[in-house]
Amino acid sequence: MTHTPPTAQAVAPVLELSGIAKQFGPVRALSGVGLRLYAGEVHALMGQNGAGKSTLIKVLTGVYQADEGDMRLNGSSIRATSTLDAQRLGISTVYQEVNLCANLSVAENIFAGRYPRKGLAGAWAIDWPAMHRDARTLLARLNLDIDVTQTLASYSVAVQQMVAIARGLSISAQVLILDEPTSSLDDEEVERLYIVLRQLRDQGMAILFVTHFLDQVYALCDRITVLRNGELVGEYPAAELGHNALIAAMVGRELAPASSADAANDASRAQAPEWLQTKALNRRGHVKAMDLGIRRGEVVGLGGLLGSGRTELARLLFGLDRSDAGEITLDGKTVRMDSPVTAIQLGLGLCPEDRKAEGIIAELSVRENIVLALQARQGLWPAMGRVQQTTLAEGYVKALGIKTADVDTPIGQLSGGNQQKAVLARWLATQPSLLILDEPTRGIDIAAKQEIMNEILALAKQGMAVLFISSEMEEVVRVSDRIVVLRDRAKVGELPAGTNDQAVYAMIAGQA
Amino acid sequence: MSTSNAPSLVKRVQTHPLLWPVVTLVLILMVNASLNPGFWMLQWRDGHLYGSVIDILNRAAPLMLVSLGMTLVIATRGIDISVGATVAISAAVAALMVGGKLVITDGVAQHVSRFPMWLAIVCALLTALACGLWNGVLVAKIGLQPIIATLILMVAGRGVAQLLTDGQIVTVYYPPYFFIGSGYLWGLPFALFIAGFVYLLMHLAVTRTALGLFIQAIGINPAAARVAGVRERLISICVYAFCGLTAGIAGLIISSNVKSADGNNAGNLLELDAILAVTLGGTLLTGGRFTLAGSMIGALIIQTLTSTIYSIGVPPEINLVVKAAVVFVVMLMQSAEFRRAVRGWVLRPDAGSHA
Repeated sequence: MTHTPPTAQAVAPVLELSGIAKQFGPVRALSGVGLRLYAGEVHALMGQNGAGKSTLIKVLTGVYQADEGDMRLNGSSIRATSTLDAQRLGISTVYQEVNLCANLSVAENIFAGRYPRKGLAGAWAIDWPAMHRDARTLLARLNLDIDVTQTLASYSVAVQQMVAIARGLSISAQVLILDEPTSSLDDEEVERLYIVLRQLRDQGMAILFVTHFLDQVYALCDRITVLRNGELVGEYPAAELGHNALIAAMVGRELAPASSADAANDASRAQAPEWLQTKALNRRGHVKAMDLGIRRGEVVGLGGLLGSGRTELARLLFGLDRSDAGEITLDGKTVRMDSPVTAIQLGLGLCPEDRKAEGIIAELSVRENIVLALQARQGLWPAMGRVQQTTLAEGYVKALGIKTADVDTPIGQLSGGNQQKAVLARWLATQPSLLILDEPTRGIDIAAKQEIMNEILALAKQGMAVLFISSEMEEVVRVSDRIVVLRDRAKVGELPAGTNDQAVYAMIAGQA
Repeated sequence: MSTSNAPSLVKRVQTHPLLWPVVTLVLILMVNASLNPGFWMLQWRDGHLYGSVIDILNRAAPLMLVSLGMTLVIATRGIDISVGATVAISAAVAALMVGGKLVITDGVAQHVSRFPMWLAIVCALLTALACGLWNGVLVAKIGLQPIIATLILMVAGRGVAQLLTDGQIVTVYYPPYFFIGSGYLWGLPFALFIAGFVYLLMHLAVTRTALGLFIQAIGINPAAARVAGVRERLISICVYAFCGLTAGIAGLIISSNVKSADGNNAGNLLELDAILAVTLGGTLLTGGRFTLAGSMIGALIIQTLTSTIYSIGVPPEINLVVKAAVVFVVMLMQSAEFRRAVRGWVLRPDAGSHA
């Protein structure tokens, strides 16, 4: 990197936030947060889940209004009251998932809502030639030469991302916010994005870059602002903040040197053959050449930050996505995991990450939700009778302590934790050999969380294998016999039981 | 599919999903009876029952069948607007294959069909099944929006039916075939037995197998149903195919009843009547919970309404407007929110003044 970041003393920041506070009910999402963004820099905003990054971005872009604090753009105080307002002020955002209209043309997407008009401003007729010309000019700045009259859907996600950036550029040439722009791109596409971002930076643009990929921060960013629990930890030049120091800043503890001294506590289990194995399992843009083994009765935790490929791996194992290379073996036999139906027949179960979208069937009763997977495995016939269903459901309601008026209550009326327990019960009813739990404790209260964790451990004791995924590293460490550490969609190593979350973070940072 | 726990009988009746469809039907029947004093009169004539009610039941049979198939499609969050065209295709195939002519052998006049009647029926039903299968594949495999996917067959199917019949109305001259749509069994229209049999079969299929559970799961949350291991694509395809089949049976009844097949008009706008019947019966167009019995009642409501409009002598040029107006009122009456609003106006007459 030949670029020299501007020194804080020499010039005034383009955008300066100070003392920003935001409260949601009793939850303090941000307090006393500051951020300084200079022209001609790429600035990374880092923090764990819940650190307040998204809230800060939303305050910046006018989605939320700060309760306290000051925002200054080019030295003058501003207050964005809507996203449109923020755009007008010169702050534009490119979100994680491309949020453009796939069925409109590239040019229409870039200028949506601001189409150039023929003749008078505010006239009805759209000046199409001007729009297409301007779109081409904008894309040329990003080294992209495509037909702007084609629909957005006809281009790859990477190109769509570039179009989103072009839209950002057309809105403002001052401040560009990129919220996890790389999460759906592969390596090559990320590299191309870097080139474009560096170019924009050299043209004097201020870029705020939010990402979970540590490597990207160092490859691209000049300075880093770290948030933790809604508070500002600090602002550092990237060159002076090492991997470990960055993670320590995010996690809030000094990293102890990783200790490999903790021997596996259950030698006999460690000797057992692995029930499920993956060999170089790969899906482009999702999971990179994954080697993974899980034994019967073992709880394997997946350690990794958001976007490290945890959920993607779970979906591959369960047949929700297809792999493009590598293989999965069960008991040594190669299997084709082509659909959830196959996975369930083979003894797998999956509590999905998004409970509402993929877990519960809200208007069906607790009873129907619990029997669904077991009945699906049996097929249409024989069907469980109502009495049999009720007995089964009531058994699990009792065993897992699901709080519901009765088993005929629609599951949508239960609290999040109880819904999650019911989804867990749905899988336990199938008596799976391997249960994949993707964020089983997300968004539920402490007590329910504890009960679910205890249940997981009890099940493993009975011989069920568990693949445990959670954003809360302490949880992963507490329940896992072994932790497979992921970074940037690939496995970087394994840690035995008895390790601590700092060791996991250290491995993510590349120390171990 | 409602719970049958302890609550009092009154409470159970009040909250029963079929309450409002039944009330609507009863009201329409009462209006009928007041306009036409002979409405309830039944006579025994020519070895079977005869009267307005029997006539309505007979004519409602095709709509009942199509509505039953449509109910399952709607329960999976889909819709099938091609059933009218499927009726026409099935009717054309059956009429062409039965054909029939008067042959005089040894001085005895005899009606002879072109192909054996059973073969004609099987072929017509297989064609209808194929139509439904086509819809199912477009929706579940290719991923087209149901309304667009079935629009293709709705438009093209009429063309196919007219191609088959050469644009002519094909007349059937084979009396045994007429039994399907105009025959009587134990004094009641035979078509009613067909509809009743299909209803019974479907009722058993959705209650005695897990089909009902799976269809509801797919209709409410297809993604979650898939994760839970429900073969949502296969079931969707089968449901559309079955809907085609019920339309095919309706086509047989209709062509048999009018002793001909008209590619242009057979089953015309039947899809809309069927969707209406399903909705009136209490199945939500958003998918999920469904009721087969409700759709049967819905079909009866619509047929009674249609018959009433003809029998009380509404001028033909405005009968569709009258039908639409009545349907509008019925829909309002069935809306819980509207009933609540009405209760509000009645209980607090002043409330309306400042609204």
